[in-house]
Amino acid sequence: MIPTNPDLECRDLIKDFDTFRAVDHIRFDVPKGSFFSILGPSGCGKTTLLRMIAGFQTPSSGDLLIKGRSMIGVPPNKRPVSMVFQHLALFPTMNIGDNVGFGLRQRGVSRSEIKTRVSKVLERVGLPNVAERRVDQLSGGQKQRVAIARCMVLEPDVLLLDEPLGALDLKLREHMKVELKALQAAFDTTFVYITHDQSEALVMSDNIAVMNNGRFEQIGTPHDVYNAPETAFVAGFVGDANKITARVSSAKDGVLTLSADGESDIRVAAQNSGFHVGQLLQVYLRPEAIELLPNGAEADKASNVSHGIVDAVLFNGANSMVTVKAEGGVLWKVALPQTGGFSSLQKGDAIRTRWHPAQARCYQAAEG
Amino acid sequence: MSSDTSRLGLYLLLAPIFLWLTVLIILPHVGLFIVSISEKVGPRDYDTGFANYAAFFTEPLYWRTFARTTIMSVLATVLTLILGFPIAYYIAKLTKGRAKTTLFLMCMIPFWVSELVRTFGWMILLRETGVFSNLLQYLGLVTGPVEMLYNDAAIMVGLVYTSILFMVVPLVTTLDSLDDSLIEAGYDLGGTNTSIMREIVIPHAMPGIVSGCIVVFMLSLGNYLTPILLGGKDSLWFTGMIYTQFITRFNWELGSAFGFLLLALSSLVVFLGLKVSGQSLSNTMGRS
Repeated sequence: MIPTNPDLECRDLIKDFDTFRAVDHIRFDVPKGSFFSILGPSGCGKTTLLRMIAGFQTPSSGDLLIKGRSMIGVPPNKRPVSMVFQHLALFPTMNIGDNVGFGLRQRGVSRSEIKTRVSKVLERVGLPNVAERRVDQLSGGQKQRVAIARCMVLEPDVLLLDEPLGALDLKLREHMKVELKALQAAFDTTFVYITHDQSEALVMSDNIAVMNNGRFEQIGTPHDVYNAPETAFVAGFVGDANKITARVSSAKDGVLTLSADGESDIRVAAQNSGFHVGQLLQVYLRPEAIELLPNGAEADKASNVSHGIVDAVLFNGANSMVTVKAEGGVLWKVALPQTGGFSSLQKGDAIRTRWHPAQARCYQAAEG
Repeated sequence: MSSDTSRLGLYLLLAPIFLWLTVLIILPHVGLFIVSISEKVGPRDYDTGFANYAAFFTEPLYWRTFARTTIMSVLATVLTLILGFPIAYYIAKLTKGRAKTTLFLMCMIPFWVSELVRTFGWMILLRETGVFSNLLQYLGLVTGPVEMLYNDAAIMVGLVYTSILFMVVPLVTTLDSLDDSLIEAGYDLGGTNTSIMREIVIPHAMPGIVSGCIVVFMLSLGNYLTPILLGGKDSLWFTGMIYTQFITRFNWELGSAFGFLLLALSSLVVFLGLKVSGQSLSNTMGRS
């Protein structure tokens, strides 16, 4: 037994619809006071999962526990969870104070206490003195905070957030990421956040579950999910990656040598992977794992070094990249450091690239 | 120069509506008003004065019928709202796609035939030798034939039936525009069915409720066929009275005065309704 109950626990949760299974054997638990993200492409079942936690949908089978208490059969208005909706769902017919006080009114809290608690929570989200305003008088970011305040005033055990940043513009979204994380720390409440935006998940979460086709592909810290993806889907979905398919030609001392059509052999580190010679693998390599070699630099023996031609320079500030066409014709995305001497790099320049075998991740590929 | 031509264009564009307003609405009312303040003192001899209006207030039959018509119309409006709201809510929120269109169409189909035919339909059902009477006798619940026509309840049934569509349509439109996530958010925050209805759905639907009520009230107040056919001679309706003055008694002066009183009444009730519900006319009629 774990000494403290996790705030939220899902056991083998399944949701079947008429023609397909939206949520398939999901099991996870979220420790108290942590920020848990469910990251997945649209249609992966994450919204269904969230709606089951909120109580708007009933699981076909499995169990769902909040603070150790099963929530099966408990209607949404009796669950100790609150939800921030995708489009916030603030009540346009009420002012801000009435919006935030709605839940308290339902609980029969006295009028004077509602007033003090509403003003207190609005202060905590940094919006004092807006109680009298109408919903449409607030900006996007302010509405966001009101929606969170409306939930937090009820002191829920778990706060669910359904892609609430989707409708905001980029600048505000970046700002709200930081703010949401700060609010979560300030309220010390468990947040379950679903998103298809990996950067939102990576920045804010303590733990991320990557979801695909109704299943969790991996649960881990942002660091783990990014640097040690367990499946090919995670490697491809989280962060940018170069993807090549190659066949194992030899395995020695935990280093595999792979050969792809028309490419020079590449070496990848794969300790105890169980891959054998002749197997077809998918290799994922982060753009920032590849180094551009300055002219005349000495290449060490252990690394993969290849020659190529700059195909395009994609300038994007700190996220700039170059695509390098290797001798075999494969295009490699390579991060372009803005500090080094590569600022004059142009299309058509010859360049050498280098990456360490330990940087790549290999997964078994389906035999074509 | 250019502003002159554009102004001319504007006037030309507005000309039909001006014509329509002037010829069909303003002029007749002005004429009617002049007639209503004419007192007949002898053959082809008229004085100006408010004797016709005075006659309305001194003759109890007139103002009682007037009050009766008002109260019954308000009642019909309330009943239509009570019946129409669940129907509209069901169509707008609980059905989707094909079912929604079908239900909406089913509300509409009875209105493809004239009001007269629909009212005769009710007469076939309710009269002494009608369907309901025979059914009750067949089931042994009553011993002799029962007359269900020619009373206030029959009028009420007819009024609600003829006007319910005009309540359902604006309600479906406003309820359709209510985002489902607002209702879900209400439940999520601990709301019960009643509190969500009271605090979220009804405030949102208020413009639709008010515009539906205005239309239904006007239709009931100005209805002529239903009260006459279903109410019989015991159930007077104010429009019937106006008809009598104009056609039967050939007393256009009194008839015109009645017409103006009806206009004043409906304006007053709509005004009060808007005040009580805190809505404005532009808010209820302007948006759909």
